[in-house]
Amino acid sequence: MAKKRMVQAINEGIAEEMARDPSVVLFGEDMEVSPIGDTRNLFERFGPARVRNTPISETVMTGMAVGAAAAGHRVICHLFYGNFIYTGFDAIANQAAKLRYMLGGQVRLPITFMAVIGGGRSVAAQHSDSMHPTLMNLGGVKVVMPGSPGDAKGLIKSSIRDDSPVFFLQAAGRGGESGEVPDGDYLIPLGKANILRPGTNVTVVAIGSMVKPAQRACDELAKAGISAELIDPRCVMPFDFDTVVDSVKRTGRLVIVDEARRTCSAASEIAATVTERTFGTLRAPARRVTVEDVAMPYSPVLEKAVIPDHHRIMEAVRGLMQ
Amino acid sequence: MENTTTQSPNDRQHHGAAPGAGAAAPKTELLLSMYRLMLLIRTTEERLAKVQASGTLPGPVHLSVGQEAVAVGVCAHLTDRDWITSNHRGHGHFLAKSGDLPRMIAEVFGRATGVCGGKGGSMHVADVSKGILGANGIVGGGIALGAGAAWSEQLRGDRNVAVVFFGDGAANQGVLFEALNIAALWKLPLILVCENNGFSEFSPSATVTAGEIWRRAEPFGVPGLAVDGNDVTAVWREAGKAIARARAGEGPTLIEARTYRLRGHVEAEMTFLAKAYRDDAEIEARRALEPLTQTRRQLDLAGIAAATFPALEAEVKAQVDAAFQFADESPWPAVESAYTDMFS
Repeated sequence: MAKKRMVQAINEGIAEEMARDPSVVLFGEDMEVSPIGDTRNLFERFGPARVRNTPISETVMTGMAVGAAAAGHRVICHLFYGNFIYTGFDAIANQAAKLRYMLGGQVRLPITFMAVIGGGRSVAAQHSDSMHPTLMNLGGVKVVMPGSPGDAKGLIKSSIRDDSPVFFLQAAGRGGESGEVPDGDYLIPLGKANILRPGTNVTVVAIGSMVKPAQRACDELAKAGISAELIDPRCVMPFDFDTVVDSVKRTGRLVIVDEARRTCSAASEIAATVTERTFGTLRAPARRVTVEDVAMPYSPVLEKAVIPDHHRIMEAVRGLMQ
Repeated sequence: MENTTTQSPNDRQHHGAAPGAGAAAPKTELLLSMYRLMLLIRTTEERLAKVQASGTLPGPVHLSVGQEAVAVGVCAHLTDRDWITSNHRGHGHFLAKSGDLPRMIAEVFGRATGVCGGKGGSMHVADVSKGILGANGIVGGGIALGAGAAWSEQLRGDRNVAVVFFGDGAANQGVLFEALNIAALWKLPLILVCENNGFSEFSPSATVTAGEIWRRAEPFGVPGLAVDGNDVTAVWREAGKAIARARAGEGPTLIEARTYRLRGHVEAEMTFLAKAYRDDAEIEARRALEPLTQTRRQLDLAGIAAATFPALEAEVKAQVDAAFQFADESPWPAVESAYTDMFS
């Protein structure tokens, strides 16, 4: 166990999996120079056959990931900014998410699509989306969103070992943050939530980038005598509804914090499903704390206003407690 | 057979040919077996047209009647360890790559015994154990998949290749240019076979496609050529050279096989189109050039006795009859199977 930045934790996880399994290959734009930092030194260590720079060609890259995986490789396709998922979306939605099904289970598609998502760094609307709800709705892909460096390592390793397409979506503004990262073969199962702090008055589910402001909100609420149970789902598809439902049955209240736009956000789906399963025990309707239905603005003043922070989370919790 | 009807300019035709590759013509036995395979595809698809017209097929079928020589001439060079990707018009590619006929028909019928368990249908017939990565309902969808399979084979180093069959309509998808670029840079063992059948769905090619498709390889430094796609000998010869180059690590080739779609984009299309997009006289003129007739002429010249053919036709018809009977008698899939296979 040592303190590491999130990008270092991810890098360590990829390196361990590439060393463990020679069928793992990594490709994407600028992999050698690694602008994100998560693929640093992998080219030097594993060579040009297994770590490949690509042209800026997401349409063919996402399809090649499917073809290479179907032909027997374990593929990591790094798409850099999450918005470029849209550029390569045809093969994601029409091939990766459906080929196994259409072929009656004839192929395994072990693909990890990596991208950094979300706002907070003044890169404006085309580099700041949180598109995990879009991916969740495809049905045939898993969606992983680590909230801490330690989880990032355990989750990237499980993503690479998974035999289905997985999107590993790292919060763009969080790569430099440090946390304890377990050494060696540390794996976190996909679809298992983590209760970050126990509580009795309200359940707060915080996704990906929202874990940190939710932690701060819970700390401040505790000072005010409100005991919040904080859950990091770590994976939104599949989603660990059992853990959240169990918590809400104890607390009777639910707040979901999600950096996606409100309409059809992950928060919306979680609110609907948990409400269906806990209606008799809910003391108030579930609340969603999300980005409103706007694109991400550029100016830091505007961006700060749009992205949920600990104030908005506390406000939502207090609203439920009245 | 030395004088084939290859249409490519001579300066590109033999570009980069590997030593030993590219015999001028197949041996007579091979030509006869290719004729038999084309006949099997033709007979199967004409039967599918009849069944479709009777209203008993669950979904649409896109037939390759008139285009059989491309699938057969190319796949004659491939083994089960080579990959193909195909398109919505994929029955011929599936059969040419040794796919199982009864299980293909059962798939088109939506039955449990179908090669995809009834989850894919006509547009997704695939048998991964035979290197058939699937027909594909997205026009151009197989191009990137084939490039990925070629990359995987290149990494493994077993000299296997990937062949992508796509139409002239798909040649207008941007993914072709991304694939040509990356395949050229990485020297992928990829053969891009464009079946130019004259129509992009319901639009004549000339109204939607600029220039000549084979020339689209040139700016990437990829060998490109056009070939008479109705002449199985010519297709076989040019595909043989391209595949040999790919196996030798010399990279991709774009082949434009010029053929003609004798049936519609999709069966029964005139029931929903506002007007015809070609006239019957054009179809009849092109029928004279269709591949079975051409190959039969080549076989006659090679000395195959005329009496061979009625027996061959009867044998193929019996094979097709049996396949349709198998499909027709097969059970529907269990409803529970709709909920499996999304994830591994």
